Order: sequence, then C-alpha cells, then structure tokens
Amino acid sequence: MIPPAFDYVRPASLGQACRALAEAGEDAKVLSGGQSLIPLLRLRLSYPTVLVDIGRLPEPRAIRDEDDHVFIGATATLDEVVRSAVVNAEVPLVALAARTVADPAVRHRGTFGGSLAHADPAGDLPAVALALDCEFVIASARGERTVPAAGFFQDYLETALAPDEILVGVKVPKLGPGWGFHYEKFHRTAQAWAIVGVAAAVRRADGGVAAARVALTNMGATPLRATAVEAALRGVPADADAVAGACAGADAGTSPPADLHARPDYRRHLARVLTRRAVLAAARARP
Amino acid sequence: MARITVNVDGIRFEEEVEPRLLLVHLLRDRLGKTGTPIGCDTSNCGACTVLLDGKSAKSCAVLAVQADGCDIATVEGLAAGGRRHPVQTAFHEEHALQCGYCTPGMIMAAIDLLRTDPDPSDEAIREGLEGNLCRCTGYQNIVRAVRRAASIDGPVNGEQAAAREVPA
Repeated sequence: MIPPAFDYVRPASLGQACRALAEAGEDAKVLSGGQSLIPLLRLRLSYPTVLVDIGRLPEPRAIRDEDDHVFIGATATLDEVVRSAVVNAEVPLVALAARTVADPAVRHRGTFGGSLAHADPAGDLPAVALALDCEFVIASARGERTVPAAGFFQDYLETALAPDEILVGVKVPKLGPGWGFHYEKFHRTAQAWAIVGVAAAVRRADGGVAAARVALTNMGATPLRATAVEAALRGVPADADAVAGACAGADAGTSPPADLHARPDYRRHLARVLTRRAVLAAARARP
Repeated sequence: MARITVNVDGIRFEEEVEPRLLLVHLLRDRLGKTGTPIGCDTSNCGACTVLLDGKSAKSCAVLAVQADGCDIATVEGLAAGGRRHPVQTAFHEEHALQCGYCTPGMIMAAIDLLRTDPDPSDEAIREGLEGNLCRCTGYQNIVRAVRRAASIDGPVNGEQAAAREVPA
C-alpha cells in the first residue's frame, strides 16, 4: 500500500534534528534506515505527521572502542555492525545476533539503534542489550541522558524514549577475558522474526560456569532477563546434564504471547531448550 | 513536495516527489523502470531488490527522498551493448527461473553477494539470497547459477555494472 502523507525533514546535525523533533510535536517520528518504520507506514499502522531523517548524520553512525565499552552509533547499519572488527573482537554477542536479523538487503539499510528503539519483542538485539547491561545514550533539545537497558524497554513497542528524544548510540560493556557468547534463535523461515530467541554470555573457570548472563527474546512484551537461570548456573560444571538442570526454569516469570506461530506453552518449552543450547554453546561445552 | 536527484542505471533524473513516495514507485511509475517488479509489498520477498550506492536494498522499503543523491542500479541497466551481464547469462544457462517474477531481485541480490564474496560456498549463496523468495524453482538452479556466475571471468560486481554505459 501507499503510505499516508507526512512531512519530511533532513536536518544537517544532531542538534538540528533534536530541535526539529521538538518543534514537530509528539506525532513526529525519527527515520533512519526505515526497515521497521516504512513497512508500518505502508501497512497504515502508523500515521506520523513528520519524519525527521537522521540516517545521513555522521555523528551517530560511528562504532568506537572506548576503554571498558564499545560505543555503537544508533545509525550504524546492521551490516556495518556485523562486519565491524571492533564489535567482533570486543562484543561478539552483538555481531552474532545482528547477523541473524532479517536478510542482507534489510541489514544494509536497517540500523542498530532503529532495531532497539522499535523495541519489537521478537527483535533479536533488545535481548542482547539486556543481557550485556548496555547503556542507551539519548539526546534531545533538553540535553543528553543515559538509560540502562533494564529501564529502556518498557512495554510492547514502548521504550524510555520521549517523543522529543533521539537514540544516539549504545555503550556495550566489554566483559573481559574468559567469556563465551551465543545467540540461539528459533524461527519458521530463514528471514522470519524469532519465535523465541536466547542471548547467552558465559564465563568459564576451572571447568565450571563461573558466571552467566541470559536474556530471552519474545517471551513477553519486552526482552526478559532469565535471572533464575543465571543464579542456578553459577558454579555448576560446564557439562550437558548440569547445564540442562540449571536451564529447566528458563521460562520462569515469563508471559509468552500466543500467535499464529506458537502457543504460550510451546514458547515456554522452546525457552527451556534454546536456553540450554545457548548456554552450552557459549560455554563451548559438548551439547 | 521535495526535489530529489537520483542516478538510475547511469542516467541522472531530477524529480519533484511527495515524501511518502516509495523508491519502487519512483522507479516504475515515474521513470518507467518496470523491470523492477513489486512482489509482496511487505519487504519479505525481495523481488524489488535494487543496488543503492552499490548495496542491495528492497526498493519497497526505501522512500524516494532517502535515495536523494544516490546511485541506483536496476536489472534494466545490467546488459551492456546487447550483451547480458554475467549473472544474467548464468541464470539463463542454468535455467534459474520459471515464471521469472523473482528474477530481477534475485539477480541484483546475487550481484551484491558476489561483490562481498566472489567465490561463495553453496551455504553462503543460500544465506546471501535468504531475503529473496522464489516460488517456482526450489532454488537449486538459482544456487547453481550463482556458482556459475562466480566462475565466469569479468565484471560481476555491482559497481562495475552500475558504471557501465547505458545507451540512451
């Protein structure tokens, strides 16, 4: 379908973009790659009055190694993230998950910040941001602020971003040596959204699991941290039986949706199985 | 309305467009480039894939205003001087199509794949084309065609294709 009519502005700087967004009021939307927004417009599920295009601004596109974290600019494309040497070396979980998003043509246009700000519960990167305790750098005409991942994702397609705010980038903490990573995704076809996904980071020591971080995709209205699994994994041997036992409660505290692809009980089953697989893969242990 | 300039298959166009105009509609309805079909209209099928500044993009998921100042390569600009592009030749020789509706997008996506991976494995070909759906062939001959194109000497990459002279 043809999208509804809207005005379009392409500011020349982040400051101008913030002012344009503030002036445009709460029915304005930020556009970058448009790989989530344009399909919504075409399906007439969204009726913005103004699109503020930040896709060509140089400032929020950079990927930088900054001491204890990697800064990934919001308008860096998913393809740039997947191919980034810094991301692959320092925060590989981000690259592992980003390469499973959609398909190459969508990843050429779709942006890292866009997939987070869109906050689809079936999106892959929100769970990664939550598992890694990323910090979201947000700008507006009122100033800049930082929001932790645990406070960013608030409800179905809802984030901490106010209508006049722009996501500038994300600080992804480096976890240091000894950590392994994996993103396990179950989907119906190659490019489809995750029915359930699991982001796992595991630190091994002395043949066992010293620490683990696990977050779930599409097991509720927002990505969820599997805190019970993280606690149960601490100190267990890194073998299939022990990990399976610790992951048996992966669906605890979740409220998975029902849709055409899966009922809630099937998603709960998937969460347990995929968590076990993700943790074993991240721990480099035999399944 | 917004004034944009685009370079499509080597020809420069200046157009006044509504911001909501999709790139695929600009190409087909305004510039007559009907070689790029509209398939699913939900950015799943990849039939409308073009190269935008050398990289594959689904033109139904790009606003024309976003393409302002960009180089766009469509399937119509691939053949030069009456000779098919090597990827077109490979699709022809391997019978990598039946109804042909997905073929323009499939060829543009294949050119993009070979740009970044000149000698892809079968698995890399399948992954590289995962955004393009074909309901006829079962993909086997498409994979063979891309493998064959990779073995053909000569320009198979998008930038070279886009830079070719196109007869007016």
